[in-house]
Amino acid sequence: MNEALLRALTPRVLGILVRRGAGFAAAEDALVEAVRVWPDAPPRDPQGWLVTVAWRRFLDATRADTARRRREDRAEEEPPPGPAPSVDDTLQLYFLCTHPSLTPASAVALTLRAVGGLTTRQIAQAYVVPEATMAQRISRAKRTVSGVRFDRPGDVSTVLRVLYLVFNEGYSGDVDLAAEAIRLTRQLAAVIDHPEVAGLLSLMLLHHARRAARTAPDGSLVPLAEQDRSRWDTSLIAEGVGILQAALARDRLGEFQAQAAVAALHADAPSTGETDWTQIVEWYDELVRLTDSPVVRLNRAVAVGEADGPRAGLAELAQLDDSLPRYAAVAAYLHERDGDPETAAALYAEAALKASNLAERDHLTRQAARLNTRRRRRAGVEGGGSSPAGPFRRDGET
Amino acid sequence: MAKYLLLKHYRGAPAPVNDVPMDQWTPEEISAHVQYMNDFAARLEKTGEFVDGQALAPEGSWVRYDGEGRPPVTDGPFAETKDLIAGWMVIDVDSHERAVELAGELSAAPGAGGRPIHEWLEVRPFLTAHPTVTE
Repeated sequence: MNEALLRALTPRVLGILVRRGAGFAAAEDALVEAVRVWPDAPPRDPQGWLVTVAWRRFLDATRADTARRRREDRAEEEPPPGPAPSVDDTLQLYFLCTHPSLTPASAVALTLRAVGGLTTRQIAQAYVVPEATMAQRISRAKRTVSGVRFDRPGDVSTVLRVLYLVFNEGYSGDVDLAAEAIRLTRQLAAVIDHPEVAGLLSLMLLHHARRAARTAPDGSLVPLAEQDRSRWDTSLIAEGVGILQAALARDRLGEFQAQAAVAALHADAPSTGETDWTQIVEWYDELVRLTDSPVVRLNRAVAVGEADGPRAGLAELAQLDDSLPRYAAVAAYLHERDGDPETAAALYAEAALKASNLAERDHLTRQAARLNTRRRRRAGVEGGGSSPAGPFRRDGET
Repeated sequence: MAKYLLLKHYRGAPAPVNDVPMDQWTPEEISAHVQYMNDFAARLEKTGEFVDGQALAPEGSWVRYDGEGRPPVTDGPFAETKDLIAGWMVIDVDSHERAVELAGELSAAPGAGGRPIHEWLEVRPFLTAHPTVTE
């Protein structure tokens, strides 16, 4: 069976089976069985065929002697059959896979497996853990949610947080988790009308649009200020901006819409110098109001540094806790802009020691090396020195 | 989700509470210790948190490049090396707190007299390969 088709149908079929009363694990087993007997001549209605065959397999399994008691228990627990809930089956599957009783890692794994239709091996490779470990993580997650009732809608914000985690994992190996997260968020946006779902989708598209420009051929990071903007994907940007505008027009601002607005302002600018930093600061003000997150305040300090000059940025920074991740990197950038390369170099070196990933650490080390080399050259022969580079920023932030 | 290295030292860590060299234990105590380690790893496989576990021989050699067309230079082992790694476990967990919790459990492996060793384990986060894509 065509993998793309199977992956598109998996969440819908599972959702229908679970709503009809199959346990989550049993529904998945039944679906696997159905796929196994997929005919050579594809049926006209693939979804209907899968539901019918999988449901039959599920009934066969529950009729088996070993499962009899389980079935009887279930019959007692279940509410009397009535009209199907009007909420969409696919949507319920998202809520189930991101249920608050799951840890974030389990929710991510289960979502990729059940909603995304990825194989356990693909998920294990993407997260660089043994396949056996991932298999256990997924089966535990299934057990955890097996008792969850499908009787009321879940909280969409928990779904969004999980999709955001998947997106941020980026891509390693042969599974592109960022692209997968976009696919799952699109699918979610198709079944629920919610401005924050649109906001997250827009945010993802706007960041994804810059992906090619974000890394040099050697794998090193290219900060926003130095990116070749002609390599940004203008059609993704246009789509992201369109989705965001429609969401903002509904006047129910949320965190993802505000983040997408910042990303959209970057996407809109021909260069860092021509970026509307004042408006970016205003969006950060909204984000501070919405989240009160220290990380947001740190990003805001960078934007203030661009809008009102490095001194203003440093003044904002002084009000923050210096143990925040990336505090030293931001301080280094602002000190360099303020004409103090010595302090900046020391801070870049400190930031490199605290970095949590390799590309970021290498980037910060290079910044320190660049400033130190220039200083040595100045001390010897006058001249040399490249133009200051941007700070390390996760692309698109300020 | 983040990966952590739980690093076990032959030498170089602060002294454990139950500080009796392994060759002074009874064979049963050694078996109990090994069993504890195996059970611990098996439990982490079940929780979906296990990535890798390896033990290292205490003795190794130092090797370095010695120029084009020349064999590498080897040296050692150096008995005086202060820090000596005994082995590791790699875990993939939801939080730093969880990593610390698990290291605490691993450190409770039984030693002499069947009592926990209380050995010091070094907990080191992995640098991730890719930066996150958004803030």
